[in-house]
Amino acid sequence: MTEVQTAPVPRRNLELLLVLLALCVGGAAFYLVGSSTEDVDNTDFYVQMSILAGLSLTVHVLLRIFAKYADPVILPITIALNSLGLAMIHRIDLAKGTSQSARQLLWTAIAIVIASVVLWAIKDHRILRRFTYIALLASIVLLLLPLIPGLGVTINGARIWIRMGMFSLQPGELAKITLSIFFAGYLSSNRDLILMAGRKLGPLQLPRLRDMAPMVIAWLLSIGVLVVQRDLGSAILFFGLFIVMIYVATARISWVLIGALMVVAGGVVAGLTMGHVTRRLDVWLNAFDPEIYQATGGSMQIVEGLFGMADGGLFGTGLGAGSPYRVPLANSDMIIASFGEEIGLIGVSAIILLYMLLISRGLRAALGSADTFGKLLAAGLSFTLGLQCIVIIGGVTRLIPLTGLATPFMAAGGSSLLANWIIISLLLLISHNSRRPKTGGVGPTDEFASASTTLTSSTKAVTKK
Amino acid sequence: MNHAIKRVWVALTVLFVICLGGLSYIQFFDAESLSENALNKRELYREFDLPRGAILVDGKPIAESVPTDDGQFEFQRVYNDAETYAHLTGYYSLANGTTQLESQLNDWLTGTSSDLLFDRLSAMFTGTRSEGASVELTIDGQLQKTAFEAIPEGLKATIIVTNPKTGDILAMASKPSYNTNRLAVHSTAKAAENLKEISDIDGLSPYRNPAISSLITPGSSFKIISTVAALESGKFDMDTPIDNPVSKNYPHTNKPLNNFSEGICARDTRAKLEFIFAQSCNTPFIEISQTVGKDAFTEVAERFGYGQQLNIPQNVVPSEFPSAEASEAQMAQMAIGEWENKATPLQMNMVAMAIANDGVIMKPNLIDKVIAPDLRVIEDPKPEKFSTATTPEVAEQLTELMEGPVLRGTAMNARVPGVDFRAKTGTSQRPSVDGVRMVNSWMTGFAPADDPQVAITVNIQDVDYDTGHNTVGALMKTMLEAVFNK
Repeated sequence: MTEVQTAPVPRRNLELLLVLLALCVGGAAFYLVGSSTEDVDNTDFYVQMSILAGLSLTVHVLLRIFAKYADPVILPITIALNSLGLAMIHRIDLAKGTSQSARQLLWTAIAIVIASVVLWAIKDHRILRRFTYIALLASIVLLLLPLIPGLGVTINGARIWIRMGMFSLQPGELAKITLSIFFAGYLSSNRDLILMAGRKLGPLQLPRLRDMAPMVIAWLLSIGVLVVQRDLGSAILFFGLFIVMIYVATARISWVLIGALMVVAGGVVAGLTMGHVTRRLDVWLNAFDPEIYQATGGSMQIVEGLFGMADGGLFGTGLGAGSPYRVPLANSDMIIASFGEEIGLIGVSAIILLYMLLISRGLRAALGSADTFGKLLAAGLSFTLGLQCIVIIGGVTRLIPLTGLATPFMAAGGSSLLANWIIISLLLLISHNSRRPKTGGVGPTDEFASASTTLTSSTKAVTKK
Repeated sequence: MNHAIKRVWVALTVLFVICLGGLSYIQFFDAESLSENALNKRELYREFDLPRGAILVDGKPIAESVPTDDGQFEFQRVYNDAETYAHLTGYYSLANGTTQLESQLNDWLTGTSSDLLFDRLSAMFTGTRSEGASVELTIDGQLQKTAFEAIPEGLKATIIVTNPKTGDILAMASKPSYNTNRLAVHSTAKAAENLKEISDIDGLSPYRNPAISSLITPGSSFKIISTVAALESGKFDMDTPIDNPVSKNYPHTNKPLNNFSEGICARDTRAKLEFIFAQSCNTPFIEISQTVGKDAFTEVAERFGYGQQLNIPQNVVPSEFPSAEASEAQMAQMAIGEWENKATPLQMNMVAMAIANDGVIMKPNLIDKVIAPDLRVIEDPKPEKFSTATTPEVAEQLTELMEGPVLRGTAMNARVPGVDFRAKTGTSQRPSVDGVRMVNSWMTGFAPADDPQVAITVNIQDVDYDTGHNTVGALMKTMLEAVFNK
């Protein structure tokens, strides 16, 4: 294992160039979706794109000040995805006479402002390690909030929303960040104990129960709440996060195997006993059965999405020229199908490559991070983003059952946008820390992980406790 | 740890590649079969966003696409005089499908017909929207309106008026009818609700045009064909006296066939065809059916259109004359339009058309012309021969025979002074309802005898004898007055 070292160059000008390019792509898409409609009013286009450009450049300037060594590709990709999403939401608005895109823009603004505040307030991600157990507490509170009568509301059968005035929020979206912080903090402190102590059982090294207890409790809690709230997508997400973070911390494939077994067992139990999961599976397997197609909550949504994508073919119908609005939730859960229809396989592949690139950059920040906490956090957050994409795209393409996860940055929905922008600001901070010249300055938690010092420093961290 | 992170990267990349594979499968390899899936309504959706050609009667639209801003589609199909034309136009509906002319003329109305290829190409290059062609019907708006309005509410009745020389259908109206606009609403829920309401109406199916798809026992109106068979056989002529007992058992049975009780058949126990035909006597047809024989009889029925495929352009349900499995008794029953002898109202009208046009049936047709969006006429169907039903001589004899019912027989109540009308009535038996004898009532004929302009058929189903007999006569009279402006 060798550290990946990048020459400490800020590369902010490259970022500026790429941000402008991303804005051009998003702007062009936004313009095109309106242009095929006759007598279109371009005010929306100018207003929304100016606001988006202003916000993007603000983040860019903040990065110049607070994190000038941050990865120059992360922000432009995020802006490209966010603005493409806005364009498609606007396009569906035009077809349906709704005004979701203004709302999405408002949430984008809120998300970018909060992400900027995170950038400014945290500056060094290692501060977050102090909040390991507070993050656990926060996760529990966030997950339980929707269950409070009067505050929580049930939408589409999942009780994962809270309503505050005119806003509804999905606190679970933020819980993926706080859970990542908790997992990263806990595992960076205890990974050696987990690794070293415990009995060996054949090729598997089983950890001591008490070392694993907080992890298991956190996991059980999140899964338990999600079963109660009936949100399958987030359950898969949290479970994946849990397994991957333990795997990254311990590098033991046995964890993944155990995890996979638990997924299979949990899946079978849920599939057999939980009505809504059985239904999901049925809808997935027999999507083209006319009866299931017509049933309420049946396969109509996914099948229409498939028809739309098939209509788009290789090159797509052209932005604004297809009819993605025929698909229910065309601007949120099914937004990938909307893109598939209008920009074709080629266009949607480009979007997927953007996601892959974004996630690669996030993992790259994890590789470069000097501290275990940063590594785990960056890996966890990047993985969260990646898994979200895969679960929703796999659902839309009927590779797996469709679950209501948001397509990061593109799907209409404020909570997910906010949470994912915060993830981006954390990844930017971690990448800044991993790429900046090492001045010998010591971080707030005084804990480093490098190839040669991992063991001792971690041991030190443990003995300090 | 970095090793693990790299493995996570590899795993995510593999999963992303699988997603790309899934997308490629849907959008490239499987795209065609998805487009052809029965559940895929996208082609239909596209149609609903395009201006669809109108269906015209006397140059005025009875079905047209009107721009709408209901947010679902750009156009709403609107039917004018919807109930009058319901069974002809059918409806164009997303939820309930497309029926009748809307379905048959779809290629023209949407502009996808190969005749409109050039228009489509030019629309593509000039950037204008491709429009469908309009179709002008042969229907005479005034006659259609008269026919529809004349039928009393609550009866199951059909009136057909055709031109025997060209086959043009001038009127084809049935009740009960329904408002096609209610089935063409875009809201799927509303359309389904309306469909259910309409389907619940007794004697009405929104999928069928009774004039061309109701199979009804024709009763004595079928005697036109039986008489043609008799004359063609050479064993009977106008002067042959035929036994006309009041009652006679069907061959090889103890079941008696009685003569028509309301008329004066009983007056002569031996009679010529002229008397038999005018008074619609039954018993002579036992002898006629036995003498003519199964094969010859069947052949005559088929020449008149029984069992034949016909599109006007809607598909006309072939009428049935199941002689193959019929006994002699059953053949005798079929000779007077009973048992399993079943005809559509249009079939019986074709019988009158044959006699009116010297034995030649012109193919019944609804399409006058098809007009491209630039007003060019792209299709102008010429009159076509459907079949030679009989010889001019026999047709001439039948014309003579058909005067009797109008002058002194069963069709007297349809007589219009100054119109030389020739006709045959029919009454077939239906099961009694609450002790009342129910019948299907018919009258089919043509006028004027020397130069027939119209063939008219009136049918009422499931009605008591008196109402049926009187209403059929009154309806026929109304139509004759409308045609000849009396």
